[in-house]
Parts: sequence; structure tokens; C-alpha cells
Amino acid sequence: MTTTTAPPAGSSAAVRLVRSIATTRETGIAIALILVVVAATTANPTFLFSSDGFRDLLLTPSLLLLVAVGQAIVIITRNVDLSVGSVVGLTAYLTGRLFIDVEGIPVIVVFLAGIVLGGVLGAVNGALVAFARVPALVITLGTMYVYRGINVAWTGSDRINASDLPRDFRGLGTDQLLGIPVLTIIAVVVLIVAAWYLRNMRGGREFYAIGSDPAAAHLYGLKVNRRIITAFVVSGGLAGLAGVLFAARYGTVSSSAGTGWELQAIGAAVIGGVAISGGVGTVWGAAIGAFLLLTINRALPILGIDDFWQRAVVGVLIIGSIVLDRVLAVRQHRRLIAQREEGR
Amino acid sequence: MTVLTENLPTRDYRPYARPAWRRFLLTRETAIIGLLLIVIVVALATVRSFDSPLTVTYLLRDIAPILLIALPMTLIIITEEIDLSVASIVGLSSVMTGILTQAGLPFAVAALLAILVGTLAGALNGFLVTVVGLPSLAVTIGTLALFRGIAVGLLGTTAITDFPEEWTDLAKANIPGTPIPVIIIPFVVLAIIFAVLLHFTPFGRSLYAIGLNKEAAQFSGIDVGRTKFILFLLSGAVSGFAGVYFTLLYSNARGDNAMGMELQIIAAVLLGGVSIFGGRGAIHGVIAGVLLIGTLSSALRLAGVTSDIINVITGILLILSVVSASLLAWLHRRRAAAVGRRKGRRSIAAGGPNQ
Repeated sequence: MTTTTAPPAGSSAAVRLVRSIATTRETGIAIALILVVVAATTANPTFLFSSDGFRDLLLTPSLLLLVAVGQAIVIITRNVDLSVGSVVGLTAYLTGRLFIDVEGIPVIVVFLAGIVLGGVLGAVNGALVAFARVPALVITLGTMYVYRGINVAWTGSDRINASDLPRDFRGLGTDQLLGIPVLTIIAVVVLIVAAWYLRNMRGGREFYAIGSDPAAAHLYGLKVNRRIITAFVVSGGLAGLAGVLFAARYGTVSSSAGTGWELQAIGAAVIGGVAISGGVGTVWGAAIGAFLLLTINRALPILGIDDFWQRAVVGVLIIGSIVLDRVLAVRQHRRLIAQREEGR
Repeated sequence: MTVLTENLPTRDYRPYARPAWRRFLLTRETAIIGLLLIVIVVALATVRSFDSPLTVTYLLRDIAPILLIALPMTLIIITEEIDLSVASIVGLSSVMTGILTQAGLPFAVAALLAILVGTLAGALNGFLVTVVGLPSLAVTIGTLALFRGIAVGLLGTTAITDFPEEWTDLAKANIPGTPIPVIIIPFVVLAIIFAVLLHFTPFGRSLYAIGLNKEAAQFSGIDVGRTKFILFLLSGAVSGFAGVYFTLLYSNARGDNAMGMELQIIAAVLLGGVSIFGGRGAIHGVIAGVLLIGTLSSALRLAGVTSDIINVITGILLILSVVSASLLAWLHRRRAAAVGRRKGRRSIAAGGPNQ
């Protein structure tokens, strides 16, 4: 036998496209999202068909989407970043402080400051993980405490109120462009750039290589340390951006802003098919996972389920999606073995 | 056959690289215990009213749940797994205690059923990790949300605060004549059981084998799946017990009891010298680690330091403890390499053994 595996028959471009869409992991999660939206809309049409409902549907998950994209990149390199929630809190407070302390500061400078602060905090994580050869889980658990502690010490019982923020900045949180909230547009642009880089650029593929097998990636000559630090800087920077937008969206920032986001972001990535053991998944999946998580939260009360059960549903979703991934992986493994046996 | 034994090379190296006293004293566990003693001495000397019996009582009462759950967590982390759902199991067991007591069951029965629920929760974790074969980090992030969600869903925002007084008094009581709370008795019993189990039984030794190399452990006849399942079961049962204690101590069953405690427990276990890579750690180090964090925060609180600074210190301690382990290993490797190079040069200068 010369041929090992024959490509599926009838592979014209269109058929292949349809088949690839039908079999990707992200499609399943997207269908689940659509089902939730349809179910909630039939129960109460204002869920989707009112200007407020439509806006909320897009607006609420946008911030988590940013954090989840960063988290997905970190998880793809077989690490994890538990400190993102604290970074969101710190940068959100920094945003408020800048507007209060510096009279007439341009909005763009505040954005840059937030992203840079987040990036620096991420770089601390990355450097510790890469150079000390300590698992990211431990390091970021430590920095989660440290960053949150700094935040609380800095904020105290103080809080940023909407009246402290300039009008045009707060407008960012509610403004719309062609009926789509500005926040969502920012999040989607970030998502597209990240997805394109991970799929098409050499640097992006190196993240996957490192996550699949760090030792092999090192032997192959990839700059593993530099890549891991980059992943953490991106995750921190995106959390910083989310922190600035948090201030714009909610107006009030207390010292508990962003608490618990780390687990939501990891949950979103896992639901979206990013494997916690690294090397598998896309930021698209993480983004749809973020949408699904928060949309379910909003849909439950409409569907007549007490919203106290939200967290239980989230848990079932996470477990269900990793079990599904496992089943698919086992089936793929068996199929490949069967193919090899036939080829002999 | 005698020829073979005669040809065996004589052993010309020592059985251990380091003398016995260094092997026993220069360990991470000793370092943590030393640090704990230093903190206690400094606090006694500088912090007013740190030596009062009330301080000791409150300190031990508050960290008792962490002390208890740290025991099974140590075993789990030694096998290179993790259980993030423990605090949610505490919450779930607390809510079950409350609901069952309110339903009119005798408290002892309610408590036993709550511990059983905790054990079942641990069994679900164990099933998903060992039978389905999923990574425990992902599984327990999921069950962290699931168990907490069930706890909050069952009670909503209400709290059950009506418990039989003889039981709440028991949870708050001290051992007669000492400032030590009664909860320390079951803790000491459990600590001894876990220490014997981990350090002096084949089962315990197999945990280190699994943590160091899962495949090798499997091939040497250890049932890796069954072992891990038992550990998750133990973790669930102990967390359930901690949940009952938590409920009694604060006379309060709420869905969000012990929120975020999982990270405190893991931080304490890692600080106590257990390696997150598995295969390394000891019970006495972990107990010292929990006591260190508890004593430090209690002393700092008495000295007027706010809890956020205490969190910063906890985080820095955790990072330092793992980074220092890596740093020491790196220094050790460098020294060993330098010694090897010197020996190599000497043997070449002397004509070399392998000419």
C-alpha cells in the first residue's frame, strides 16, 4: 500500500468548507449559544427584540471576552493565569484615579496607561513562570493575592463614582455604532487580530507548539521563555484593557472589581474547547464560551429558573464540555488506529 | 555461579551524599517550622496581647477548617493532581446541615448526611478524574462552580441560623483548662491517621511513586486510578466534616460559606513544602505552613495591619517558597556540575581511568 489515508470523497471547495464548519468544536458551542438565545426570546421577546435587550446581549459579555481571549492564549501554551481578575480590578481603579488626579487627561492616554499597567503585571507573572520554572498555577495564585492586596490597600474604602469620570469616557460604555455597542466593536477587533495571529503567523503557531510539548519545542529551537512571557503580557494587557472598559461600562469601581473573573475566564475558554493541558483550541471558542456563559446567566431568570442556580449551570457546562472533548478525542484516537490497521 | 559475585565491583561511594543530621535538618519542612517559630517569638516579643489565651483560641478556631482540609489536599497534590472544589464542598455540606436540621432531623443525623454528601461530591470528582480520565484542574474548576451553585441554589440568599445549642457550644468550647478549642482533637486524630497513611504505609509510598512517574507506578503494580479515587473521596469527606464544623462555629448555614478558601488551603499546602509537580511533601511541613499563615495574619491583625497587606504577604510568601525551591535546585545542580568537572580534570591529569 502506498496511500495511507485517502482524503474524503467529493472534496470540492464548497463541500470541504461545509464539512469543516460542521465538524469544528466551535460550531457546537455556537449552536448552544443560539439555542439559548432562541429559547429565551420565545419565552420573552424583549430578550432580543428590544433595543435594550439586544444591546445587553452584546455588551455584557464583551469585557469577559477580552479577558477570555488572553486566558485562552496563556492556556494554549500549557499555563494558566489566575491573576487576571486582580489585574482588571487594579486597572479599573487606576482609570478612575487618573481622571480624578490629572485634570483633562486625554482618554487615549488612560487607555494606554491601563494596557501598559496590565502588560507589566503580566510580564511579572511571565518572567516568574519562565525563569523560575515554577508552574503558572502557583505563581499566578500568589500574584492574584498580591495584586488584589495592592488594589485594596490603594483603594481602601474609597470608590470611583460615575460623576468622577468625564462624560465622553462614560459614553464609551453605552455608545453604539450602527446599532452595535462600541465596547463590543473593540472586543471583536481584538478577537479578530488575536485569532488571525494565532492561526496564520509563525509566532502564533509557536504558542501551540510549546503547549503541545514544551520539551520538543525547546529542542526544535523555539524561544520558549520569550513566547511564554509574551503570552502572559498579552493576557495582562487585555485584562488591563478590560479594566479600563470596566470603568467606562459601570462607572463605579470599588476594590472588589473583577473578583472571580479568573475562574469565569478559564471557564469560558474551557467551554470553548481550549484544552487545559495546552496546545488545543482557538480564541474564537473562548470568545463564544464567554458569550454563552454570560448569556445563560441572563436567560435563566427569563426561562423561569431561579438565578441562584446560575453557578450550578455554569459548572455543568464546564464539566459537560470537557467530557465531550474527551469523548471526541478518544473516538478520534480509535479512528486513527483503525485507519492505520486498514492501511497495512 | 560464584565467579559472578567475585567480579562485582566494590562500592567506593558513601550510601548517602550528605550526613544524617543534614538530611534531617536541612529540609524545606524544617525551614518552614523554623520560620513559624521565629514568627511566634517575634510576635510574642513585639505584639501586645498576642500571648493572651483568647488569641490562641480564635486563631486555632478560625484556621481549623484549613488545617483539616489541608491534610487530604497534601495527599492529592503529592500525586500531581489538585482539588479546587473543596471550599464549595464546605459550602454545600454547610447548606445540607442547615436544611436537614430545619427539616426536623436530629442534628447528629443531619451532620452525618452532610458529610455523606461531601463524600459523594468527592466521588464525583474522583469519577471524572480517574474513570473518564480528565485533568483534575479542569474538572474541579467545573465542580467548584457546580457544588457552589447547588449550595446557593438550595438556600438562595437566606441563611439558617437555628441550631441546637449543645452542638454550637461544643464547636466553640475549649479543651477544659486550656485555651485550645475542642476541634483540635479531631484534627490531631486525623493528622496522625494521615501522617501514618502517607509516611508509613505502602499506600502512602505509592502516592509518591504516582506523583514522580505515573506510568512507572502503574507498571510497578500500583492501581493508579483506584488510589486517586480514594484520595478524592477522602478530600470530599473531610471537606464535608469541615463544613459541619464551619456551620456550628458561626451558627450559620449559607450558600456562600467558606468562599475562596480553596486558594488559602492550596497556598498553605504549597508553602508547607509540597511540590506542585507531585512526589514531594510531608504532613508536618503542611501543618507548619497552615499555622505559619494563620499566626502571621493573626499577629499582623493584632498589630493593626489591615487584611489586604496580609494578603500581599501571603502571596509573596507563596511565590518566594516555590521560587526559592527552584533556585536552590539550580544552585545544587551547578555545584554538582562544578564538582564533576574538577574530578574529570583530575582524572585526566592522573592518566585517567578509561585509557
